[in-house]
Amino acid sequence: MLLIHCPFCKNRNETEFVYGGPVGANRPDPNLVSDEEWVDYLTMVPNPMGPVYERWWHARGCDQWFIICRDTVTHEILENPSEEP
Amino acid sequence: MSTRISKAGRLLDRNKRLSFTFNGRNLFGFQGDTLASALLANDQVLVGRSFKYHRPRGFVSSGVDEPNALMSLGHGGNFEPNRSATTVELVDGIEAVSQNHLGSLDWDLGFINNFFAKIFPAGFYYKTFMKPRFAWKHLFEPIIRNAAGLGRAPSLPDEAAYDYFYAHVDILVIGAGMAGLLATYELAKSGLKVTLVEQKHYLGGYALSDDFEVDGVAVPKWLENIEKKLIDSDNVQIKKNFTAIGVHDHGYLIGCENLEVAEKMGRSSIRHRLWRLRTKQIVLATGAIERPLIFAGNDIPGVMLSSAALDFYKLYGVSPGDRTVVVTNNDSAYLTAINLYNAGLSVPVVIDVREESSGDLFESLRSMGIRIEYGKGIASVLGKKRVKAVELCSLTGEGSVQETIECDSVIMSGGWSSAVHLWSHCGGRLIWNDQLDTFLPDASKSPIDENGEDFIAVVGAASGSFWPSEVVQNVKQIVQKIQKKFKTSKVKSSSISIQEIKYGDSNSKYFTPEGASEKLKSKCFVDFQNDVKLSDLRLATQEGYESVEHLKRYTTLGMATDQGKLSNINGLKYLADFLGREINEVGTTTFRPPYTPISLGSIAGEARKGLFKPVRKTTLHLWHEANGASWEPVGDWRRPYAYLKKNETIEQAVSREVTNTRNALGILDASTLGKIIVSGPDAANFLDLMYTNMISTLQVGRCRYGLMCNENGFLFDDGVVVRLAEETFLCHTTTGGADRVYSWMEEWHQTEWWNKRVFIQNVTEQFTQITIAGPKSRLLLEELGGLDVSRVSLKPLDYLEGELAKIKARVFRISFSGELSFEIAVPSQFGLEFWEKCLETGSQFGISPYGTEALHVMRAEKGFIMIGDETDGTVIPQDLNLGWAVSKKKKDFIGKRAQERIFMNDPNRKTLVGLSLQNSSEKIPDGASVIIGGVDQANDNVIGHVTSTYFSPTLDKPIAMALLKDGKNLLGRSIEIPVDSEKILKAIVSEPKFYDAEGNRQND
Repeated sequence: MLLIHCPFCKNRNETEFVYGGPVGANRPDPNLVSDEEWVDYLTMVPNPMGPVYERWWHARGCDQWFIICRDTVTHEILENPSEEP
Repeated sequence: MSTRISKAGRLLDRNKRLSFTFNGRNLFGFQGDTLASALLANDQVLVGRSFKYHRPRGFVSSGVDEPNALMSLGHGGNFEPNRSATTVELVDGIEAVSQNHLGSLDWDLGFINNFFAKIFPAGFYYKTFMKPRFAWKHLFEPIIRNAAGLGRAPSLPDEAAYDYFYAHVDILVIGAGMAGLLATYELAKSGLKVTLVEQKHYLGGYALSDDFEVDGVAVPKWLENIEKKLIDSDNVQIKKNFTAIGVHDHGYLIGCENLEVAEKMGRSSIRHRLWRLRTKQIVLATGAIERPLIFAGNDIPGVMLSSAALDFYKLYGVSPGDRTVVVTNNDSAYLTAINLYNAGLSVPVVIDVREESSGDLFESLRSMGIRIEYGKGIASVLGKKRVKAVELCSLTGEGSVQETIECDSVIMSGGWSSAVHLWSHCGGRLIWNDQLDTFLPDASKSPIDENGEDFIAVVGAASGSFWPSEVVQNVKQIVQKIQKKFKTSKVKSSSISIQEIKYGDSNSKYFTPEGASEKLKSKCFVDFQNDVKLSDLRLATQEGYESVEHLKRYTTLGMATDQGKLSNINGLKYLADFLGREINEVGTTTFRPPYTPISLGSIAGEARKGLFKPVRKTTLHLWHEANGASWEPVGDWRRPYAYLKKNETIEQAVSREVTNTRNALGILDASTLGKIIVSGPDAANFLDLMYTNMISTLQVGRCRYGLMCNENGFLFDDGVVVRLAEETFLCHTTTGGADRVYSWMEEWHQTEWWNKRVFIQNVTEQFTQITIAGPKSRLLLEELGGLDVSRVSLKPLDYLEGELAKIKARVFRISFSGELSFEIAVPSQFGLEFWEKCLETGSQFGISPYGTEALHVMRAEKGFIMIGDETDGTVIPQDLNLGWAVSKKKKDFIGKRAQERIFMNDPNRKTLVGLSLQNSSEKIPDGASVIIGGVDQANDNVIGHVTSTYFSPTLDKPIAMALLKDGKNLLGRSIEIPVDSEKILKAIVSEPKFYDAEGNRQND
């Protein structure tokens, strides 16, 4: 049960949040990419062991999306979002 | 025999006699007893039958590690199987029943298995009963299931109440033995807030059974003094009967508090309480668990751990027997021997597998004149339902008997395993310590919290500090470390003087004799609970199961309710010996929560019956209920499937509702439809990205049917979008999709298009939405009065706001039934009033409510799609002939790029068509495959599947829709639908519009 720091609600239990996956590439301009590039954007999700920037959503709380940096091996939270989103 | 001894029994209140029953027999115990100690005091040594062989079994331990004494308690709605008698505190009126025997406990017919033990070797499930195939299911399995197993499942719902408790704790000390109590005391002294939890009903742990002196008083007295001081201090909370069952990430801990005694005394309405604690610091003072020695017949009732015998004697005043043989590889059994001797019981011999021993306990034994046999072992224990004698042998030989020694109990000690389970739950690593003969927490690889700091400290025997003076030193160090972490002012730790006792070295021998024959090995039990013997381990390792995880699964070593608390290390030692490797290389199986079994009730807590998954109800729910609604679950909601009149079948009701709506007037509760308000300067622009259609061109006061796709291009929701004002839109979603669509919009707004000035609100429950459908619907609205709903003022897809029947309302002219239809939203608090007004006023037009099935039939007659029927997560709008609702002008919307991929335009994609049966009134099965050219083995002839199917009362024939490969070119063709191996239905492919294709009725 991770303890996750929401920029509004401070430390809350993991069960209040929805995991949004690692932060991937920016959404490309759909008019400028090939089929392959678009599929890559949708499906090539980074899944590293170790520190990873990832998105979380405080779904059962204030509804805020934010980014933290978490070590996927030790669960240490290396970076929290700033208080002002 | 086992009897009560008057001069011991620290925990007993002999003035309070308690009565209980065991297998129907009335017995007595005292307040303070456990069920186990009370049974033993009544000389009930045989307490259960073993899992596989139905061998007679007695108590091995006095605590949570007990493998044998599993019992069923209570009856009816309070029946509970598989409770370990050693962990049940005795209260008046307990009804205990032993388990796993056919016939009585004394004369178990299943014991016949014992004589066929040769056909139940390791992995016998995998090896035997393979053929003939059918025999497993019908013959072997029922017999085995009947013969093997634990208690019966309860047959009635549990009558007890359970709940959860959430709390934040600064420091949680787990285990109230000497180390835990001392750590709590020292931490509290520096002002820290400490919670101390203990799984037993008393504090003190094994130290409470010990004799050494601390600060000039016997250790039990000293512990009592500390307990008193802790009770008096404001910053300490003590919880007895509280088992920490799991440690999780970032200091999260699950504990189970057993309130059974309080419940039985009427002081608690709750039986078990599950605690969910967030801790800043955990101090593990979980002690150690004594291991058995392995020798032939070590499972015969009367053989128990030396620590258990000491507990039973010291705490409950119960003797293990009159003549007790001791067998050990370390000094701790000496202490028990000394105590039993001092109680006036006979200890004919102490069999010590060591070559020699020394120290103060040894000196005491010698001065008492107790015979000690070094370098010896037990060849075999004699006796069936009770120990009769042991056969002494040399440790090194094959077990030839040197002497037979009569006795009625055997106590054994194979060393101590630190209780490191909780350390491991959350990633803490273990390291084997050869000298101490146990796994210990590896402090360099400890579980860390969110800040990357250690949050578990280990003290006492759990950390390898087994002797009292070590404990004091070790606690001192850990307390200083924690004080530093919490930055408390320095408080000098108490100086404690411990009586100096010298102990002899232990050794790591775990079975006797070393050269045991196969015959002896097949009576040497490693895991009592699962009937795993040394011979099983020998077989499994020889067959190549050399990984500890494989060995466990193949032999079932370390499984079931005790999770190998006694057996795992001995099993590992055998494996390491066999492989010629170190235990560290062999490793251990993974410890996982729960540490001890907890009741399913405590996990469920209050989430039972209506609270298990609360039902969402519309404002009209009670009306529906009172008017014959047959319910259908839709998302978390309940919606009326149909309204049943007297003597009506569901099919008849649906048919009546459809016909009445088509011919006169129907009314539907559509409140569950999702309603999301999107407003702000960029709202139109934002919705252009959300929907496939162009939303920004929608005029104020108009509605548009919109589609939502994901980035893969697949359709996932649909609904009508209304422009309420220039910068305000009302987006309708499907019933099940409201929360999803709201989240979807939020996510895109917050994470991708955060610069769009938009507010998104889910207002689904703010409005009661009612559909008035049918040729007479306009008449009803006119009769209700207040709004001009004429053909000119309220055209199809128009929207009006005002008052209807004096109730504030929004009226949308939209139709999902194909009839002239109005959807009316009123504030929820007026929902029922408006609904009843409609019914009252509409009675002159023949109004009748209709349910979801009539709704579905009517939409299918019109060929309207349903999310979840016609879509399955792989369907794009174009597949459903909805290309007209996908904008070609917009530069971007979610799903656009994906829909442009080459294969999305493959003519072989499945497209939506209608199906009409030829010469049959039979309903087409939902989801059935559609084929052309007959059934073939390779399924090459399958061209698609049925997505919706109904009997249409309007057309008086079955209709269906299907997604078929290249469906557009199949119009007019005959296809086949296999129903079963015999029957194949034939149908004609048509446009998916069966009724009023031109839309004259809805556009009237």
